[in-house]
Amino acid sequence: MDRFRMIFQYFQSNSESVMNGICGLLALASVKIYTCFDFSCPCLPRYNMAYGLGIMFVPPVALFLCSLILNRQSLVMLEEWRRPQGRRKKDLAVIRYLCSSIMQRAMVAPVVWIIVSLLDGKCLICAFSGSVDPENFVGFANASPVQVQQLLAKVPCKDDELMRNNTSRKAVSRYLRCWSQALGWSILLILIVAAFLARWLRPCFNQATLLQARHWSNYIDIEQKIFEETCCEHSRLFAHKCILHFFESMRQEIKLHSFSLPREGEGAEGEDDLLQGITGQDQVNKLLKMWYYEKPPL
Amino acid sequence: MDKFRMIFQFLQSNQESFMNGICGIMALASAQMYSAFDFNCPCLPRYNQAYGLGILLVPPFILFLLGFVLNNNISMLAEEWRRPQGQRGKDQAVLRYMFCSMAQRAMIAPAVWVSVTLLDGKCITCAFCTSVPVETLGNASHPSLSQGDMKRVLARIPCKEIYDGQELIANEVAIRYLRCISQALGWCFVLLMTTLAFLVRSLRPCFTQAAFLKSRYWSHYIDIERKLFDETCAEHARSFAKVCIQQFFEGMSTDLAAARCH
Repeated sequence: MDRFRMIFQYFQSNSESVMNGICGLLALASVKIYTCFDFSCPCLPRYNMAYGLGIMFVPPVALFLCSLILNRQSLVMLEEWRRPQGRRKKDLAVIRYLCSSIMQRAMVAPVVWIIVSLLDGKCLICAFSGSVDPENFVGFANASPVQVQQLLAKVPCKDDELMRNNTSRKAVSRYLRCWSQALGWSILLILIVAAFLARWLRPCFNQATLLQARHWSNYIDIEQKIFEETCCEHSRLFAHKCILHFFESMRQEIKLHSFSLPREGEGAEGEDDLLQGITGQDQVNKLLKMWYYEKPPL
Repeated sequence: MDKFRMIFQFLQSNQESFMNGICGIMALASAQMYSAFDFNCPCLPRYNQAYGLGILLVPPFILFLLGFVLNNNISMLAEEWRRPQGQRGKDQAVLRYMFCSMAQRAMIAPAVWVSVTLLDGKCITCAFCTSVPVETLGNASHPSLSQGDMKRVLARIPCKEIYDGQELIANEVAIRYLRCISQALGWCFVLLMTTLAFLVRSLRPCFTQAAFLKSRYWSHYIDIERKLFDETCAEHARSFAKVCIQQFFEGMSTDLAAARCH
């Protein structure tokens, strides 16, 4: 019982912190993947926008799904949602609470990716270099529209032969990066203010319902963990009994078939129950063969 | 028995995390192997595609097989599959569950290799450099070459030092184009894999939860039973050896005592 109590306490205290830990690790992984990723804008008129916006939005979706997969509570929530009612009523408030807590944690890594890519600026420069107004930049004002599009598309590529020493390229690049960083910081500010308000104003609304929902969602989680632990314990005891029964039945079979008693008398008394009366090479071989060819029924 | 109970408790509760740990290590090893691998595109018309696609597809297959080999439970699955029926019935659902869980874990390292390869871009650049659309990306003013010559020139795109088709199509333009396509494919592949994993994990509680609980219990049971049987046999062998040796020493001492009397 003592062991069970220790296990309860462990799961109780650590369920939230394990999930927060996974959330933090994914956020760090998202920054690391962004820095390791070799961003190379195609610098072609139609491809730029697809590439730039793709890099900004597709990895966040993958990170979001990854967070949902790695979070154990999402399975708990789905099971609770889909189970047949049976004798236990279903409380939608608990399911909603679980859903919102899962979503909040899952949104952290994608938001981190989007903010890092905006603050870095490469994605937006690549996507929108073709959309700036060429009239504002000296180097692009006097070219034909088609040529302007080609030139603007090459702005993100610093090493391109046409763009190497072009000062207007730097101007466009700085302009877009400024917009990108402003957008990034604004989004960060809005999110932090929203999180602050949500946490601060929460006790003003439905605190009692919230406490209940949190308690029961915790309960469901722990109940499932303990059920799995008990099943493991049960299968271990079941296997133990099954094997002892098998050894016992082998001993009886050997006693029936051989007339000489096993030589247990001279061995140490404490070893008797371990030897189970199987004390000859052919007896052991027979036991092992029977174990493979005819496993005992469950 | 208390010591055994503690050991089995540890193994049982940690078996899943142990398997997940091996899975994670193999994924990291696969990324590390790719970065350590020295990719050398042959830059010859027919060899490029074979080399590029070979590097993209053959190591994942090897990693997949390695994932199965490193998994301890593969022998357990094989044994359960091939044993004679005897007095204990065989449950196909349990075999399917064991195989599926092993296959899912074994798929992770190959998926990481393919993603890293596509996101890096070298393989696709090497394999498909002869298929670059020269009409749209190249210089229109260049005189046209024969098919064979064109392919020979384009095949050298990944090898910047020997590339001689700068007038036909700029090297950087072609490489950027191919890399963009490769990275788009890579991210789509990552998205597809995570979506599949998410669907597999989330649809299960909706449909087959009871059957799943049953299969999971019995596959754990088979595993524990095998471990307990091995432990019991080891204990039996120890006791058997002890009894044999004690009898031998007693026999020797009686012989020596008899010899001394004479």
